[in-house]
Amino acid sequence: MISKSLIVFLPAGYPSKERTLEFMLSANADIFEIGIPFSDPIADGETIQNAYFKALSSGFRVDDVFWIARRFLEIDERDLILMSYFNPIYRHGLKKFVEKAYGSGFKAILVVDLPFDEAGEFFDICRDFGIGNIFLAAPNTSEERLRIIDELSTFIYLVSTYGVTGEREKVSEIAFKALNNAKKVCKKPIAVGFGVSKKNHVDELFKAGADGVVVGSAVVKLIEECGERAEKEIAKFTSKLKN
Amino acid sequence: MRFGEFGGRYVPEILIPPLEELEKAYKKFKNDDEFKKELDYYLKNFAGRPTPLYLAKNLSKELGMKLYLKREDLLHGGAHKINNTVGQALLAKFMGKNRVIAETGAGQHGVATAMASALLGLKCRIYMGEIDYDRQRMNVFRMQVLGAEVVAVKSGSRTLKDAINEALRDWAESFEKTHYLIGSVVGPHPFPTIVRDFQSVIGLEVKKQILEAENSMPDVIVACVGGGSNAIGIFYPFLEEDVRLIGVEAGGEGIETGKHSASLAAGGKGILHGMLSYFLQDDDGMIVDTHSIAAGLDYPGVGPEHAFLKDSGRVEYSFVTDKEAIKAFLRLSKLEGIIPALESAHALAYLEKDERLKGSTVIVNLSGRGDKDLSIVMEAMK
Repeated sequence: MISKSLIVFLPAGYPSKERTLEFMLSANADIFEIGIPFSDPIADGETIQNAYFKALSSGFRVDDVFWIARRFLEIDERDLILMSYFNPIYRHGLKKFVEKAYGSGFKAILVVDLPFDEAGEFFDICRDFGIGNIFLAAPNTSEERLRIIDELSTFIYLVSTYGVTGEREKVSEIAFKALNNAKKVCKKPIAVGFGVSKKNHVDELFKAGADGVVVGSAVVKLIEECGERAEKEIAKFTSKLKN
Repeated sequence: MRFGEFGGRYVPEILIPPLEELEKAYKKFKNDDEFKKELDYYLKNFAGRPTPLYLAKNLSKELGMKLYLKREDLLHGGAHKINNTVGQALLAKFMGKNRVIAETGAGQHGVATAMASALLGLKCRIYMGEIDYDRQRMNVFRMQVLGAEVVAVKSGSRTLKDAINEALRDWAESFEKTHYLIGSVVGPHPFPTIVRDFQSVIGLEVKKQILEAENSMPDVIVACVGGGSNAIGIFYPFLEEDVRLIGVEAGGEGIETGKHSASLAAGGKGILHGMLSYFLQDDDGMIVDTHSIAAGLDYPGVGPEHAFLKDSGRVEYSFVTDKEAIKAFLRLSKLEGIIPALESAHALAYLEKDERLKGSTVIVNLSGRGDKDLSIVMEAMK
């Protein structure tokens, strides 16, 4: 599913579902990861937190994310990944949620706070529908766990650093070490995310052997700062990252 | 690692290793003689254990029952919170951590954490929702005097749940040298078990004390439930006994108004803060704002073991409103000369609502003292 892919994260419904769709159509990304806003995003830094809170306070509903995917795939064919915290999925009903995600065209689901130990039923339902699961791995993940994550994931989402999402000055040594290590252990492709926000970050990670990189907060910042011009700025920024 | 279907470990992958490390360390040290000796020493000489089981004669007469109060209000810091913070701070020390972080709502757990940290020479940072930070300035200062750094959390609803979110974010970055000293029987496994064990000292003492006083088990034990640490602490040693156990949640301005914190009475199953339990949430799974006049009960969820004890029917759960709690607060103060915390006043208020209690021997966990609540009650009486 990924090979030197630029994965762009966008919070659904920020500032509106229509705008999210416009951002997707204009961004020069290979894959989109669409995040469902949640009231208590414990893995996210300030930028994405604020985007989620604003989306929720302007009336975002979980079903909007399926609307976004369906509309996008009517005009575009790039792959979509759905990202969520577990409670909105649980509350929806696991099966009903997966059915909608599959029906609206998502290729895989990443649940931030659902490690594989807790994912049993959810994983089985996804498999029955033929939709992929993406599990997180982190620099402190044991080899034993990495092997299981490798087996269960469509691709591995490697968290590049300790802490939460958000822009950082540089990609840490920890990230490269973790990537090297994960490449030795895993057979599936590896995408690196968290703190990846600059052109040189992306280049360095691809050079170090990442199959994908995920850029999130930096794009969300553009939405926050550029208002009407946001899709143009996103197009410019993502094109720069890509070549 | 679960209580029936509840509990679990719903956290980002990065927090799995620190939780596994904690679980391993806790298993090792809880039966370690040196650890137990030090903990007993501090509980006795620093925290002030054991606390009395006090027969409240005047209120007993008024209510037509034999009412005992477990006097956790007499502990250092004025609440049961210190049982857990001394235990966990000591555990952090034995694990070789030099820093603790914690969340706090009104500030009781923050103060108790700051005290235990000062005692054991640990660096301490407390996360507090901005709204709580502003309305509890005295407790903020208290923590600062004790050497803690207090951070006002500006995200989300800016209250306790957001303080927990922020503490979890900190921990995802700092776990190598930092212990997350969680304040109630909530969070991912093994936290609910660790906090329950440290708080069980309450129930274990009660068991001895009531046998001495009455030569039999009590009929009923009542405790307030927010996250549920004081309740589980007094209930746990009685789960196998023939004793009615009743947890009282915060009914706020009434369940029908939506302004309350009664997650067992009005919430649905869900996942937050690493655990499967009951939460107050909308139909999209977003956690909703809560209300209680008792800041310590103002939390949208409840510990997973309570969720299990509710579903299994072993413990009964009820709720009382802000108004009923204030009435009970004033009544105990006047009749017994004891000013209870508004949280504990919820347990006391329940006594008037249950006819079946008449003629019984009842124990209420008086989890904290009410000095901290005087300005709130003064305001409410206007």
